[in-house]
Amino acid sequence: MNVLTATDAGLIGCTRCGRVWTPDHAHCERCGATLHKVDKSGLQRVWAWWIAGLIFYIPANLYPMLVTATLGHEQKNTIVGGAMELWRHHNYGVALIIFGASVMIPIGKFIAIAYLALAVGNERRKGGPPHLHLYEVVEFIGRWSMIDVFVVAILSALVQLGFVASIHPGPAAASFALSVAFTMLSAQSFDPRLIWRGPDRVSS
Amino acid sequence: MTVDPADLIACPQCDALYRATHLPDGKRATCVRCGTVLISPRERSFLHVIAFSFTGMILMIGAIFFPFLEISTRGLSHESSIFGVAMAFSDGWIAPLAFFVLSMIVALPIFRFAALIYTLWPLANGKPAWKHAATMFRLAEESQPWAMAEIFIIGTAVALVKLGGLAKVSLGPAFWAFCVLIIVIALKNSFVSKWTIWDAIERK
Repeated sequence: MNVLTATDAGLIGCTRCGRVWTPDHAHCERCGATLHKVDKSGLQRVWAWWIAGLIFYIPANLYPMLVTATLGHEQKNTIVGGAMELWRHHNYGVALIIFGASVMIPIGKFIAIAYLALAVGNERRKGGPPHLHLYEVVEFIGRWSMIDVFVVAILSALVQLGFVASIHPGPAAASFALSVAFTMLSAQSFDPRLIWRGPDRVSS
Repeated sequence: MTVDPADLIACPQCDALYRATHLPDGKRATCVRCGTVLISPRERSFLHVIAFSFTGMILMIGAIFFPFLEISTRGLSHESSIFGVAMAFSDGWIAPLAFFVLSMIVALPIFRFAALIYTLWPLANGKPAWKHAATMFRLAEESQPWAMAEIFIIGTAVALVKLGGLAKVSLGPAFWAFCVLIIVIALKNSFVSKWTIWDAIERK
């Protein structure tokens, strides 16, 4: 489908509010957002946040997320360990929610963002709805990874019964929250308008 | 043919250029290339958004001050408020996480309600937009992915299942306020037509 874009018309569109400006504007005078040309320079920020997210995702899986003390006995659970614990207690649905939100979504997000960023300007594709769809799914679903952080917060705040039972957050809670935040920033830094620029029209 | 850029709208997702027009209420304009909704006015939408925002704010303030959850087992009990949930992370080096959690579940949702009321109040009364209305509305839009009230309530459900067999948990008024809040936020979002609001701010 051939569509006239703002870039083709020699104009810049504001990605925040949709207002169109002549190229001599650096900021949108309606909403105040910075105007960006459609080019690959923004991909650097995508990769920077992506790497930061990946780095923090490693300790998030190695260190305990929850430290449970019951009657003097201490138990430490990692993210995967917590999901497996729920599975053993026959809470299959919730185990799948936690496993999905904390393992599948983050890993899927790393792969999807990397794929979108690498595919920009690729000769074999001309952009299109499937890529935008993937991007929208990544943007929509990424925030839901925070579920586990909230679960840890609620359990730690509530289960404070002294010697009988108490729950404390482990160091993984912080690194997991940072990892989710960084990948959200990575996805937000990706300019979806790049998806639609054909192979010959993406300038670096 | 020359066109004033002010009469145009560029699709924020794919850069396609269109001539922006005011639509009758209930109609929506979508991008022919990527399907993104560009303009979707609804009848008296400004008043609806203001009403829902006030409702949401009152519910949120109630949710802060009333008890959220209470746990009891073997004659021991412990109660936590929403504030207490965020403060679960306040010990040691992960203390900044308490600040982020509090922002995501309380501060940002309240800020977004306040910013929308500030932006739309004069517009709904047919008056020019107040000073800095554009900045407020832009910040409200930018902070949307970080306001995670709905994710928090799913996290609560997961935490309740985890505690299921171990102790008796009673749900406080703040829990129910939060559940209603999620519905209010969803209804409010369905009345927001970004282009219509930006256009009204600009024509002050």
